[in-house]
Amino acid sequence: MGKVKNRWIALYVENEVGVLAKVSGLFSGKSYNLSSLTVGTTEHEDISRMTIGVTSDDVTFEQIKKQLNTMVEVIKVVDLTDLPIHMKEVLFAKIKRITPEEKAEAFRIAQTYGISVIDIDRDAVLLESTLTERRNNELCALLRSTFSHIDIVRGGAVAIEGLSTSCR
Amino acid sequence: MDIAGKKLVAKALIEEGVDKVFAYPGGMITDIMDELYQKSEIELILARHEQALVHEAEGYARATGRTGVCLVTSGPGATNTMTAIADAHYDSIPLVIITGQVPQHLIGNDAFQEVDIVGMTRSITKYGVTVRDRKKLGRILKMAFVIASTGKPGPVLIDIPKDIQIASGPPEYPDSVSIRGYKPNESVHIGQLKKAYKLLKSAKHPMILAGGGVHISGAEKELYEFAKKMHIPVATTIMGKGVIPEDDPLYVGNSGMHGRFAANMAIMECDVLFSIGTRFNDRITGDLNEFAPNARIIHVDVETASISRNVVVDIPVVSDAKLALEKLIEWAEPMKTDKWIKRIDEWEKEHPLAMKRPSYGVSPQAVCEGISDVFSGGIFVTDVGQHQMWATQYVRLDGGAQLITSGGLGTMGFGFPASIGAKIGAPDREVVCITGDGGMQMNMQEMATAMCHGVKTVTCIFNNEYLGMVRQMQQLFYGKRYGITSLRKQSTWRDTSKDLTNREAEYVPDFIKWADAYGALAIRVTEESEIFPALKKAKESDIPAIIEFVIPPEEVVLPMVQGGKAMSEMIL
Repeated sequence: MGKVKNRWIALYVENEVGVLAKVSGLFSGKSYNLSSLTVGTTEHEDISRMTIGVTSDDVTFEQIKKQLNTMVEVIKVVDLTDLPIHMKEVLFAKIKRITPEEKAEAFRIAQTYGISVIDIDRDAVLLESTLTERRNNELCALLRSTFSHIDIVRGGAVAIEGLSTSCR
Repeated sequence: MDIAGKKLVAKALIEEGVDKVFAYPGGMITDIMDELYQKSEIELILARHEQALVHEAEGYARATGRTGVCLVTSGPGATNTMTAIADAHYDSIPLVIITGQVPQHLIGNDAFQEVDIVGMTRSITKYGVTVRDRKKLGRILKMAFVIASTGKPGPVLIDIPKDIQIASGPPEYPDSVSIRGYKPNESVHIGQLKKAYKLLKSAKHPMILAGGGVHISGAEKELYEFAKKMHIPVATTIMGKGVIPEDDPLYVGNSGMHGRFAANMAIMECDVLFSIGTRFNDRITGDLNEFAPNARIIHVDVETASISRNVVVDIPVVSDAKLALEKLIEWAEPMKTDKWIKRIDEWEKEHPLAMKRPSYGVSPQAVCEGISDVFSGGIFVTDVGQHQMWATQYVRLDGGAQLITSGGLGTMGFGFPASIGAKIGAPDREVVCITGDGGMQMNMQEMATAMCHGVKTVTCIFNNEYLGMVRQMQQLFYGKRYGITSLRKQSTWRDTSKDLTNREAEYVPDFIKWADAYGALAIRVTEESEIFPALKKAKESDIPAIIEFVIPPEEVVLPMVQGGKAMSEMIL
């Protein structure tokens, strides 16, 4: 069956009502393990592109790609798992009820990670991070261990095929 | 000049050559129905329930090879169709189902008779869409007919809001349509097919396993020719039954849960399995780890997603069955399989397929054989349960005979309406419904459809007073606690439920009185000597006929492989 691991698919679909429900319904209906799904329009306004993360073995992953391909609304399935790609995820972290020392620490973390402080209040800061999923995971772990009151909002990964380099 | 949506629907159906539409009226579909009523090209068949209506369209589609068309209203009219849509989905039957919908400004308001039918049927249709723009109606209708009937066929649902039905718009119905996300396979990879042929040729113990896809593709002749040229024995799934004449020495029989001993053994022992038009359903494979353990497997299927889903195969060939077989026939050379075929014959002699004759009542085998003789070359439509398995075992398909059965979903209530649809599609052929007393009661209201449209069907009810397939499981695996499968009056079942011969509680309904109430011909058969006369009388009848065969309740379907067990572990 092969190793169970994270895999990525880019899916070109018709930009129509119900297509997202149909794609996500396939995953729940057939018990496929969906870890991330993002969707947005492309250069063609009638075509959307989804970036889908799944956790599965080889055999199941093959079946997922085939099942997606059978859908009339699916125009193209691209397996990103072994392609050079650039993949990023947006993350917002609101750090609240902090002392001036903690605020300084938040700024140091932002600087180290190369992310922006986009809003600030007397006892709070708002960070915006566009990094790889793994980097964002590390950032989350650090923020959770450093501060007591944080809100985190993550957007799911978006990926595009690379030209000569890969960053995932 | 612009025309109303309903007029375009009528135009589309006529241009597609649709002659029958299975319909049930309701508020949100009356515009289209009224339009069709005025068209001489189209006959509306008024069913008595929307589920049965779709089964009728399935029977029509299977008997004619054409797309069945259904027309129902919104809300309950639409939800009632769902079981039958799922049935068509699993058995790859081309249908176009048009549902009425509340006007667009009411969608989402929980309006009267509003449901999200496209959402509800998303996982059981090949394609489904609500028409939201009158300008797109023509293209969507064309897409529906193309998608339903090409590639691996299936049901397509088109939901048309009331405002779209009456809105004016372009009158064009396109001749063809290009769909960028839908490219059914129309060719075969010759290199891959050559590899498959080479492997098959190298076998000592080759087997062909043929499924319903061979019927759908219309490749029966090609399969038979290929098997004969190569001298390879053929087993079938129940959907594939009839792909080669059953009296041919190469035909081994059905394989699977209630298949022939010889067929299951042959698949266990073969060294190359050439499977075509089957998705390796669990009823065929049993325990996957033990399925064809000695074989390298070739799998020909029109749909990529069917390949290596259940059984991981050695050589996949994505192709229409007919296309692949035509090519294979060109290469075919006889193989030395005499010893292997002799071995299979020995298995057959060891455990032939035959039922013990009961001491009273009529034997299901005798009824099936009688039906085969009297209606030779006919269309046999079954419901789901013991009678269905007996039909797959003992009804002979020869002289162009056809079996229509609910294979994938196993829908009780399928048989009777599907037989009505089959007869409507093929009025010049004999159509016999083989059903049980349980399944019959699930859609018996359709007798009115048969009577009112003058559909001369013959319905054979195997009445054993029980939901026999489950009763059989209770007998073998659940301590003979039969209460919930007895169809007799329930007041005393707790005391008597283990005793199948106890007939004190009353059985309802009286099928003879019931048929009489509709004005149909009704015959009850309690002795084997009455089987032939009854079948002949029904055959000659000018009105729909039912024959109730009184079957001893203790009859079981054997051989049997318990779900999940290996195919070699047959209860004989």
